[in-house]
Amino acid sequence: MTEPLLHTSGLVKRYGGVIATHQVALAVERGHLHALIGPNGAGKSTLIGLLSGEMAADAGHIHFNGHDVTRLHVHRRARLGLARSFQITSIFKSFSVLANVVLAVQAHAGHSFRFWRPAVRDPALVGPALAALDRVGLADRRHHAAAALSHGERRQLELAMALAGDPAMLLLDEPMAGMGPEDGRAMVDLLQSLKGERTILLVEHDMDAVFQLADRISVLVYGAVIASGTPDHIRTDPEVRRAYLGEEA
Amino acid sequence: MAHAPDFRRWLALALLLILAVAVPPVLAALGQGFYIGFAARVLIMALAALSLDLVMGLGGMISFGHAAFLGLGAYVVGIGSWHVFDGAPLPFGLAGSENALIVWPLAMLVAGLAALGIGAISLRTTGVHFIMITLAFAQMLFFLAGGLKTYGGDDGITLYNRSQLAGLKLSDPTTFYYLCLGLLVTVLAVLLRLSSSRFGMVLRGVRDNERRMRALGFPTYRYKLAAFVLSGMICGLAGALLANASEFASPAIMSWQRSGELLVMVVLGGMGSLIGPVLGAVALMVLEESLADLTQHWQVILGPLLVLLALSARRGLWGWIKGRDGAP
Repeated sequence: MTEPLLHTSGLVKRYGGVIATHQVALAVERGHLHALIGPNGAGKSTLIGLLSGEMAADAGHIHFNGHDVTRLHVHRRARLGLARSFQITSIFKSFSVLANVVLAVQAHAGHSFRFWRPAVRDPALVGPALAALDRVGLADRRHHAAAALSHGERRQLELAMALAGDPAMLLLDEPMAGMGPEDGRAMVDLLQSLKGERTILLVEHDMDAVFQLADRISVLVYGAVIASGTPDHIRTDPEVRRAYLGEEA
Repeated sequence: MAHAPDFRRWLALALLLILAVAVPPVLAALGQGFYIGFAARVLIMALAALSLDLVMGLGGMISFGHAAFLGLGAYVVGIGSWHVFDGAPLPFGLAGSENALIVWPLAMLVAGLAALGIGAISLRTTGVHFIMITLAFAQMLFFLAGGLKTYGGDDGITLYNRSQLAGLKLSDPTTFYYLCLGLLVTVLAVLLRLSSSRFGMVLRGVRDNERRMRALGFPTYRYKLAAFVLSGMICGLAGALLANASEFASPAIMSWQRSGELLVMVVLGGMGSLIGPVLGAVALMVLEESLADLTQHWQVILGPLLVLLALSARRGLWGWIKGRDGAP
C-alpha cells in the first residue's frame, strides 16, 4: 500500500474554549474521491481551512505529497499542487471568464514579475486555461464578464480555476451549494468524470451525490472523525446513523 | 469583441493628446502665456495621481500618504540645488548637483527606498488600517522636513536654478511644459501596457479578491510591495518636476491635504483606468484655479460640484468619456 497523498495526524484547532477540530487523523489515498460529511457546525469548513493553510493548527501535522505542510502558507501549499474551490463563489468579477482561468494558470507558471506582454494573449497561459474551461463546459462563454455568469456557471468557473494549475489534489468545498437540480446533476457528472484522474476531497451536503461519487467517506461530528470507510460501510455504521444520518431520515 | 468602445477610447486619447500639445501655443496666442507654468504643474500633479492609481486603482491599496513621495522627490532637487549654491559638501563626500540626469533619478531612488520601507510595514495591514498607516508615515516625513533647519525648516528651500538637462532650457515655460508632457505620456503608456501584463493581472486580482489569489498560489505581498515601490518612484519623479515648476521645495508639499487632493483626482477621474486620474488632475486643478479667480470663497462652490460629479459619473470622468466596455 502506497502512502496517502494527504494525511493528517492529531490535528487540533480551538477557538477560545471551543474545540472546532479534535484530534483529526484523515488519510486521502491517491486517485480517490474522498467525501467529508457532517452536520452543520461539525467543523468541516475549519478542517478545509486548516488543510488549505488559511488557518493555523494548534496541534498536529498535515502531510501532503511527501511534504510536511503544517506550517506552510496558503500560496506555498497551492504551488505544491493543493488546489481548492470555495463554498461561497470566489471569482474575479471584473475579469472575463478566460482571464479568471488565465490568472489561475499564471499562478503555477513561474513568477509574475513580467511587466510587458499581455497575459490574456500569451499562448502559454491561454492554452491550459482554455483546456480547463473546456473541461467544465464553459469554453464558449470565455469572453463574457465573470460577473455576468449565472450561479451554476460561476460554480463551474470556480472548478475550472482549481483545475487550471494541474493540481495533484482538489479540495472542493460544497461545489453544489445553492445549485438547482439541473446544474447539480451536471456538476455530479463533471465530478464523476474527474474521479480517478484527480485526487479529490469533497465537502458536500447533498447525500445522494456523496454516496454516488465517493470511494471513501469520513464523517465529522463535533470536530472529530467518528467514522471513515467505504460508502457501504458508512451507510451501515450504527454510530453514524445515530449521530448524523438518523437526523435526516 | 468590443471594437466600437475600443475605437472610441483611442479617439478620445488622440484628441486629448492633441489638446495637450496645443496648450502652450494657444495660451501664448491668447496672451495668457503666464498660464503655461500652471499647465505644467497640472501635468506634474497628473503624473502623481497616475502613480497613486497604480497602487489604488489597479492594486486596491488606498494610500493616504502619497504626498510624502512627492515631497521627497522635491527635496532631493531642492537639497541638490542648495548645495550647489552654498558649496557645502553633503554626507558621504557627495557634492550638490543641478544635473537633471543625476538628481531626478536620485529623487526616484530616494522615493522608491522610502516606499520600500513604508510599504514593507504598511502592507501587512489592509483597508482602513492601511490608509491610517500610510497617512502616519507621510505625517512623520512632513514634520521631519519641517525640522530640517539647514534647509529652511517650515519655510523650505528656494531653488536658485532649475535642473539642467542636456541642452534644454528648462527655465523656458514652454520647453518645461513639453518635457513634463513627454514624461507623463511615456509613463502612462508604460503603465497601460503593464496593466494587462502578468504583473498587472496579479495586481487587479489582488484588488478583486486577495484571499482567492493566495489560494491560487500567489505570494501577494511581494507583488503589492513591488507595485508600491514603483508607484513611489513615479511619484518621486513628479516631486522632482514639481520642485522645478515652483522653484521651491517645502514641507507643505507633503501635507495630508496634498495626499487627499491626489485621492480626489484619482476618484474623480476614474479609479483603475490610469487615464482617468490624469483627467481628474486637470479637472480639479482647473476648477480650483478658475473658481479662485471668481471668489475667495471658491471652496463653497468646489465642494458641491465635486459631489455632483461623483454622483453623476460613478466610474469617473474617463468612464463617462469612453462609454461602456467589456472585461479585460
